[in-house]
Amino acid sequence: MTITEKILAQASGKSKVSPGDVIFAKIDKVMMHDVSGPGVIKVFSELEKKGKKLERVWDPDRVWVTEDHFVPAVDRVSAENVIALSNWTKKFGIKKHFKYGLGQYGICHTLSHEEALVLPGEVYVGGDSHTNTTGAMGAFATGLGHTDIAYVLMNGQIWFKVPETMMFKLTGKKPDYVMAKDIILKIIGDVGTDGANYKTMQFSGDIIKELKIDERLTLTNMTTEAGAKNGIIEPDVLTDEYLHDRTDAQYSPVLGDIDADFSELYTYEIDKLEPTVAKPFSPENISAARELQGVEIDKAYIGSCTGAKLEDLRLAAKVIKGKKVKVRTEVLPAAQSIYMKALKEGLLNIFIEAGAVVGPPTCGACCGAHMGVLGKNEICISTTNRNFPGRMGHVESQTYLASPVVVAASAATGKITDPRDLMN
Amino acid sequence: MRGIVHKYERANIDTDVIIPGPYLKIHDHKELARHAMEGIDPKFPEKVSQGDFLVTGNNFGCGSSREHAPIALSYAGIKAILAPSFARIFYRNAVDGGYLLPIEIEESTMKKILDKDKLEIDIKQNKIINLTRKESYSMKAFPELIAKIVEVGGLMNYDINDKEGTASRNF
Repeated sequence: MTITEKILAQASGKSKVSPGDVIFAKIDKVMMHDVSGPGVIKVFSELEKKGKKLERVWDPDRVWVTEDHFVPAVDRVSAENVIALSNWTKKFGIKKHFKYGLGQYGICHTLSHEEALVLPGEVYVGGDSHTNTTGAMGAFATGLGHTDIAYVLMNGQIWFKVPETMMFKLTGKKPDYVMAKDIILKIIGDVGTDGANYKTMQFSGDIIKELKIDERLTLTNMTTEAGAKNGIIEPDVLTDEYLHDRTDAQYSPVLGDIDADFSELYTYEIDKLEPTVAKPFSPENISAARELQGVEIDKAYIGSCTGAKLEDLRLAAKVIKGKKVKVRTEVLPAAQSIYMKALKEGLLNIFIEAGAVVGPPTCGACCGAHMGVLGKNEICISTTNRNFPGRMGHVESQTYLASPVVVAASAATGKITDPRDLMN
Repeated sequence: MRGIVHKYERANIDTDVIIPGPYLKIHDHKELARHAMEGIDPKFPEKVSQGDFLVTGNNFGCGSSREHAPIALSYAGIKAILAPSFARIFYRNAVDGGYLLPIEIEESTMKKILDKDKLEIDIKQNKIINLTRKESYSMKAFPELIAKIVEVGGLMNYDINDKEGTASRNF
């Protein structure tokens, strides 16, 4: 069995599962935020109208909640959503509620690893499609809708169809200025936005062994953009080090069998990979950054669970240091803890001195919510994960997806720029 | 089930098109319906009558996990969506929430059905009759668990004991 199959077998009390089996799996952790949370509460209020009142949550200590999409509150509606969420978590005894302006908070997927909320071998579901991100910690992590999250909160389990696993072996040595974002954009360009629909995307190989956790998280984060049910990386010594820095919790890592079956095996030689950009309006619409050299942009955005982790900010700052931005540039660290680390390392100074605006942790303009949404015909290069029509604002705005170093280099020139051409 | 077809042949119609991001803070189902498919056709809610069908290209509903997407389509009047394939979270939200039926059809069937055709769908027989064109097509049968959830009108009505093992219910 693969790591995903083994975790699901364990969670459903079976000695073996195979792709296609429909199982009910016990859930270890569940998350909802200020968009999915009120949706889940709405499911419960509709049920109450039918005479089924929720008396208690199955296990309040396994539930965590964050505020990230429309915070700091954008308007009255978002303020009221946050209030409703706070009242609900208080009523049901949920202690892990990360509130903005009250210490640590941030984008749900970032908190899942920053706060070590999800451990290797666990089954984790979240009310957000990019829940796949947390699979980089060696967990089965997948996104669900409101009804399914409500069902988990009641019953502590949910159905899954055991997915087939596509294995991506990443070999060679990563060239300078090539990041995990380039690798995953290249893979999505090859398999397409539905290429992994219902399936698992697993990553392994020499590259993975040396890839920092923050970078691994970019790979699993964007498996969602290929339609994958989950993305996963087997936990190793780097995973253990990362977790030991953040938690005393014990865990039992799960690894796949040596003779596990994969539905597809892809090998990528990363030596040959170049900084890569996804053009509007799909993450699969890729080009080498150099082929787009000279495309004028109006804005550069360094933010989101995909592209505003500490390592993302470090590498972007290195590129932009001592330069001035030529277009509007925003930097929004993905969590308060990252904001603080970036502050202490002097990264925020570098961005601000370059002329960029540094904002609070939030999903912000990534999902067109607030904090720099795009107007008609505006062109943005962004470290985020999606560039569908209207994703970051006006339906006729355009988003190019790229790594933090490509976005930083482009901010410094006002045009899409391969960082190698700026730095070497 | 009988209804009129609204056809958007494009593949990969994503949730940002079905219900754009700024509406995610809204949780009133009728209000969401007023913005259904706004990213592709702002007149969509006016065109749809209760019980109509959407026929579309593959990977419908890709993108975010927002349950707002099947909710908006369902409250706009859509009873079933016919497509060669669906994005996974959209599919389970549609079924588990009991909002509408995601029906998988062959690509060639999708091409034969045209905008404004009147269809009759029989999910027990896995059969689609095109009343306008006097044709009939097959649809992919729902897997066993999905069929049960569809039959009871959503996961919340599904008896969790109707499977191996038991679990306590907190109601």
